[in-house]
Formats: sequence, C-alpha cells, structure tokens
Amino acid sequence: MTELLQHIVNTLILGSTYALLGIGLTLIFGIMRVVNFAHGELYSFGAYALYFVGVMLGLNFFLALIVAVVLGCFAGALIEVVLLRPMRGADIDTTMLVMIGAMIVMQNGEQFVWGGVAKSVSTPFPELPLVIGSISVSWLRLFVFCAALALIGVSYLLINRTKLGKAMRATFQDRDAASLMGVNIQFIYMATFAIGSSLAAAAGALLGPVYVISPQMGNLASLKAFAIVILGGLGSIGGATIGGFLLALAEELGAGYVSSGYRDAMGFLIIIVVLLFKPTGLFARAERIG
Amino acid sequence: MKRLVPYIALAVFASVPLWLHDPYLLNAFITTGILIVAAMSLNLLLGYTGQLSLGHVAFFGIGAYTSALVSLGFDVELIGGIRVVHEPWPVWTGFVIGTLVAALCGYAVGKLSFKVRGAYFVIVTISFAEVVRLVALNWVELTQGPLALTSIPPMTLGVPGVGYLDFYSKQSNYYLVLAVLVVSYIVIQRLVYSRVGRAMIALKENESLAVSVGIDVTRYLVLAAVFSAGIAGAAGSLYAHYLKIIDPDVFAFLYTVTMVIMVISGGKGTLAGPIVGGLIFGFIPVAARSFATPEIQWILYGLLMIIIVFVLPKGIVPAVEKWFAAPSTRADPEPLQAKMHDTP
Repeated sequence: MTELLQHIVNTLILGSTYALLGIGLTLIFGIMRVVNFAHGELYSFGAYALYFVGVMLGLNFFLALIVAVVLGCFAGALIEVVLLRPMRGADIDTTMLVMIGAMIVMQNGEQFVWGGVAKSVSTPFPELPLVIGSISVSWLRLFVFCAALALIGVSYLLINRTKLGKAMRATFQDRDAASLMGVNIQFIYMATFAIGSSLAAAAGALLGPVYVISPQMGNLASLKAFAIVILGGLGSIGGATIGGFLLALAEELGAGYVSSGYRDAMGFLIIIVVLLFKPTGLFARAERIG
Repeated sequence: MKRLVPYIALAVFASVPLWLHDPYLLNAFITTGILIVAAMSLNLLLGYTGQLSLGHVAFFGIGAYTSALVSLGFDVELIGGIRVVHEPWPVWTGFVIGTLVAALCGYAVGKLSFKVRGAYFVIVTISFAEVVRLVALNWVELTQGPLALTSIPPMTLGVPGVGYLDFYSKQSNYYLVLAVLVVSYIVIQRLVYSRVGRAMIALKENESLAVSVGIDVTRYLVLAAVFSAGIAGAAGSLYAHYLKIIDPDVFAFLYTVTMVIMVISGGKGTLAGPIVGGLIFGFIPVAARSFATPEIQWILYGLLMIIIVFVLPKGIVPAVEKWFAAPSTRADPEPLQAKMHDTP
C-alpha cells in the first residue's frame, strides 16, 4: 500500500511536467499542423539554459528558471520564422522532415557545445525530504509540481481568457475565416510556436535539476509528448493535462510492477493501442482547442 | 541511351573491387550498399504509396537479429516455463528466415497501422520501432541486451556441384551486397511497373478517387509494406553477417533518418533515387572524417537535410531527368508519370 502511495506521489510530480510538454505540443500540432520533432530539443534547451544562467553565470535559481523559459520562447520564435515560415503551405511530411533536420542539428549542437558528460544543477532547497507518514518527497520535487501546475493554469487562462488566445482558437477552427476577420495569421503561428516552445523549455528547466542534463535527454521527450497529445486528443489543453498524468501513471506502475527496463515502452504501447482503437484520443469529442 | 544507364552503372560498380584495394573505402562501399538496399525498400512505401514510415529501422533490425539468432542458435525460457532450444542452422537459412520474419512483421504492422494516416501513421511506426528496440535491449536471455550478439558467422552459400562459398573477405561481401541490391532493384521495378504498382501510385495521388474506382487501398498498402519490410530485413541480415556483431543500437532512430534522407535527396518515387541519394549520404562521413568530429558530421547531415527539402524538394534524380528531357516534356511536373506511359 505504501509502495502504491509512493508511486502515486511520483506520478503526480512527473505527470505535471509531462503535461507541460504535452500542452506545448498540442498547441503547435493543433494550430499549425506541424509534427514538431524538435519539441524534445527545446525541452533540453530549457535545461541547458537553466544550467548556463544558474550555474555558469551564477544567477539566483528562481530567476534562472524564468530566464530559461524566456529564452525557450525566443528560440521557438526564431525556429518558426527561419524554418517554418518559408514552408507555409507545404505538406505535413515536408515540414516534418525539416523539423527532424532541426532536431539533429540542435541535439548535436548541444553535444558539441556542452560535451557528452551530464551536468547537474544544485538548488536552494533543503537536502532532507519532506516525510508525511510513510511517504517521502523532496522539496525540489514538490516545487516542480507546484510550478508546473501554475504554468498549466497560466496557459489555460492564456488560451481561454485573452484576446491572443481567442485568436489562436479561431485560427485552429478555421484559418481562412480567422484571417478574413483580421487575425494576423503569421503572428499567431509565431506566438503559438513560441508559447509551445517555452512550455517545453519550462518542463526541461524544472526536470533538469531533478535528474541530470545531457544532450540525449530530449530524445524520448518528443515521442512522449506525442503519446500525451494522442492520449488527450488533438488541441485539447485539458486532454493534454490528463494525458500527461496518465502516461506518468503508466510509466510508474510499469516500472514498479512489471520491469524498470520497459518503463519507456509504456508510452509507445499506449500510443499504439489508443490509435488503433480510438484514433481521436480518449477525451476529444471532436477536434477542438481550449 | 537512357536504357543503358543502369547497365553502365552496374558494370562500373562490379569493377570496383578490381581497382580499389583500400579496405576502409571498400568497407564504406559495403555498408553504404546495405543502407541503399534498406533505403530502396523504404522508397517503396514512401515514394510509391506516399506513406512516411519512420519505424523502418525496426524491419532492418528484426532481419538482422533473426538471421543472427537462427545461425547462432539460442536457448530461452518463455513465460510459463516453456523452454525453446534452437541449434545453429546454416547461415543462408538465417538470411531467408530473417527476410520472411521481417516481411511477416511488415504484414502485421501494415494490417494494424494503415487504419490511420499522415502524422498518426508516422507516430505509430516510430512507436513500433521503439518498442522493438526496448525488447532487444531488455530480453537479455535471447539478445544479450546491450552486450550485443557477437561472433555471428559470415554468410555461406551451398552451391550444387561447387561446394560451399564463404563470404569472409571484403571483396566477396561487396559482390554479395551488390547481388542483393540488383535483385531488390528488379523486384521493386517489377512490382512498381505492374498493375499493383499503378494501383499504389493511384492511391498516393488521390486516395478517395482510387477507392471510388474500386482499388482496395488497404490491400495494396499492406502488400507494399510486406515487400518493403522483407527487403529491409534482407538488408539487416547482410548487415549482421558482415559486421558479425549487432547490438540494440541497430534500432536507432538515426538509421531511419539516414534512410529517409537517402530517399528524399535522391528522389522519392524513382527507382534510381535511393541509389543516388544513398551514395551521396553514404560517403559524406567518409569525406568529412578528416576534418570533422561525429557531432559536426551530424550537424552537417541535419543542415543538408533542411537545405535539400528547401531547394530540391523532389530530389536529385527527377531534377536531372527534367534537365535532360526534351523541351516538350520539360514542363511535365511528374517525370514518373511520363515514364509510366511508355512501359507496357
């Protein structure tokens, strides 16, 4: 029983960051129809940005987190303008190949700049974990959970309560009609990619100190983000949030009770099963956003 | 003149071991040839049916592991205490069984995953490859996991009246790969220029129209997947018996990416495309190794991939064909269709 409770606590913490990854990707995939293979690289970009600002420049940990998210936002906007804007109107396979190229360049660029040795970031949180009954959880993980929940809330409000969010939802439903109503589509696409990227960077910056930072950390992140998006249904923030927690639960239980070697296989098995039996995702009635 | 190009190319490549004695370059030719066979099989799916499978390396790896295990033998205990013992078989049976098992997996994956299209198809195929990779990594009893399968015997062929042929030397392996490449080329050519191939191209161009004229889409897609996976499995088997060692890294996503770049840069949906693209991308590491570390090589790879998609989205072979075509056909946007008309 204790073991199960501990698994559930771990699930909540891991799931909150998975949700961030998934929300970022579901916005990009839903609105822009771009299969963003570089999503995982923006995740590791966030982690390296935290390392650079927080450890090498010696800035305060919390400030460094904010800087990392802002840098992720700029990196996303840059990728959109340089690589995706000229590809507007190209079919989905072609943009996918461009994003795979970007993924290869970014990952090997990280390897080149930072080397293959994993980096670790120290945090201002106490070493001793918080113990409640028989469950223990470190303060850092608790902070990661709260920060991720706050960011999920912010992105929900951004999409549902602001003018930009309204324009994004309109673009998702019908790009041409939105354009006719005076929505600047080019700007919406750039904003979407930048927001999605900054959420991925936030997930990386939050998880970086929990584990270690290495050039390979983004490898599985893209595919896991796809698993989450497929679970939750395209374009649904609520779906991506639940999908993130479900994937984390499947991984935790799979690693705990089946075999830790197959932890990462859970996400892929979920993708295969969901797509074969309910291709619209578990929670989407139809394709929608919000 | 154009008809002669394949024969001239074959003659040139057949003469390579006669004048090239540098073992490093010969090795590069052999591994490039194996990857070209794999890229040709991917082209059947990507170029002719229009389905981007990013899990293609799974069939390559399944062919490699099956072929190696058949020729090495294994002893595993399945769930429920059932013990399966397999004594080593001759290597050529490994090649045949590896090809067949890969084709069977192609059938199963095709049957299941062609229910979805576009981005979802891509994700399902990648997921399949990742699951297979994790099985190869974790089923240590069968695959040795990260320790790799070692001392895989080289290919042997029993020829009636001659005796046994062993493929130990680089020269003999070169001719073996060339022979498999030629056979795969002919199989794909026969398939593409047949009724089946026309059905595949029809459904790539306009799936709903193809359905409306009575083409059984799923059947032809699965057929393409079976052939494609089988040829990829044969390439994997060659790879295993040439290198004599394989580990779960044969399932790496980057191998699929390499195959995709070869097909796209050469020209998808053309028979020569994967060969031209394969030679270019197979020899970039050879040319770059003197001045670039592996990271820089990969960065170059990625940049080239982006540039090719931007500049030559149809690939090199269609661009060259267009250049040599008569002015009257130069405006034809699809050289492939022009070619289709003059074949019986």
